[in-house]
Amino acid sequence: MVQPLNYLKESPSQTAGPYVHIGCMPNFTGISGIYEKDLGSGPLVNDKTRGERITIKGRVIDGSGTPLKDAMVEIWQADANGLYSSPSETRGRADPNFLGWGRCPADMDTGEYVFETIKPGRVPFTDGRLMAPHITIWIVARGINLGLHTRMYFADEAEANADDPVLARVEHKVRVPTLIAVRDGDAYRFDIHLQGENETVFFDI
Amino acid sequence: MNNMKPETGAFFPRDREMHPPAYTPWYKTSVLRSPQRALLSLEGTKSEITGPVFGHNMLNEFDNDLIANYAKPGESPIGQRILVHGRVVDERGRGVAGALVEFWQANAGGRYRHKKDTYLAPLDPNFGGVGRTIADEDGYYWFKTIKPGPYPWPNGVNDWRPAHIHFSIFGHGFAQRLITQMYFEGDPLIWICPIVKTIPDKEAIERLIAPLDMNATMPHDMRAYKFDIVLRGRRSTLFENRKEGN
Repeated sequence: MVQPLNYLKESPSQTAGPYVHIGCMPNFTGISGIYEKDLGSGPLVNDKTRGERITIKGRVIDGSGTPLKDAMVEIWQADANGLYSSPSETRGRADPNFLGWGRCPADMDTGEYVFETIKPGRVPFTDGRLMAPHITIWIVARGINLGLHTRMYFADEAEANADDPVLARVEHKVRVPTLIAVRDGDAYRFDIHLQGENETVFFDI
Repeated sequence: MNNMKPETGAFFPRDREMHPPAYTPWYKTSVLRSPQRALLSLEGTKSEITGPVFGHNMLNEFDNDLIANYAKPGESPIGQRILVHGRVVDERGRGVAGALVEFWQANAGGRYRHKKDTYLAPLDPNFGGVGRTIADEDGYYWFKTIKPGPYPWPNGVNDWRPAHIHFSIFGHGFAQRLITQMYFEGDPLIWICPIVKTIPDKEAIERLIAPLDMNATMPHDMRAYKFDIVLRGRRSTLFENRKEGN
């Protein structure tokens, strides 16, 4: 026998279920008077936020091609200079007018989510190489047992994307486009396919 | 937040044999919502080891009191009054100071205040079913509520969820993000629930079952259940010399 390591084990995940809105977006589902506004709702920017304003929209789509109308999408991203608003950010102080986190329920009719934010600056990979601009995305819903992590890159950053150390890890290059948002009018569109032909790359992070 | 140095290490890899797999066909909705390809492993970059933090100033007085936060003046919801309390710790056993904990649940009869819930058990006019709190410097949190009732759901022909409270937790890094459910000691529905049984391991399921806590129970007022939540641990970096050791 050896000494026990004495680490605890992470609490197991469970699905967020169909009523995740009650806890995370109560005003959205008609429970008013408890929170003034739903946490993470509305634009991520204010008048003083630095950076290029962008809109991101998309849907989360199941293995039959049907958009989820009960998903919850959260994003986490760096500011325009590539700094995160987090105690674990050691490279400098992030834009005080940008939290970098947002939360949006899928529309109950169309399944669409929308974020008003800024285009993030580049952030270094673990070895110091710069990653291409990207937004980290987390998806939960009824039927999803453990939240899914993915990343959204930008189609108009082709050069940076070509050098990105994470995209380079995708063995089947045909799958890289599933991580790249395309221009759709004034917005970037990023549809997330949970399963099937165009299945989005999900990460174990 | 506390005055400890910020932690900048990568998180321990997630034990995905302990968590429920994506494809669990006895929980029918998972069939079309489960990725079929392997996940792409990624060691913690800045994008994963960082995460948002929330200040206590976002909280209202009754955010952690579901008995009060939706009730009309002088009234209160019907049901078993309970206190739910515990600590948010990481896999190293350290309290996760400042963790944001959000929770939601059905009322005493198993009815959710949600337009898509059509169960015939009535709504309680004094119960909303939502709350939140921020863990203190030791990771401790608590809230008051009504014990939720079980409810039927359209999965199998006669499936009933055990009494449960949903939890959403933010640690210090986005990679720690977790949503789970708390169950109650002694509920026989736990062991026949298809959602509980998405977790492959009995011992892991037991870690989601809150025991009755008579020490925290308030005489003539409310019983207590204790529910500790464990988030992923993280490596210490060489520059993080801590007096309590690594």
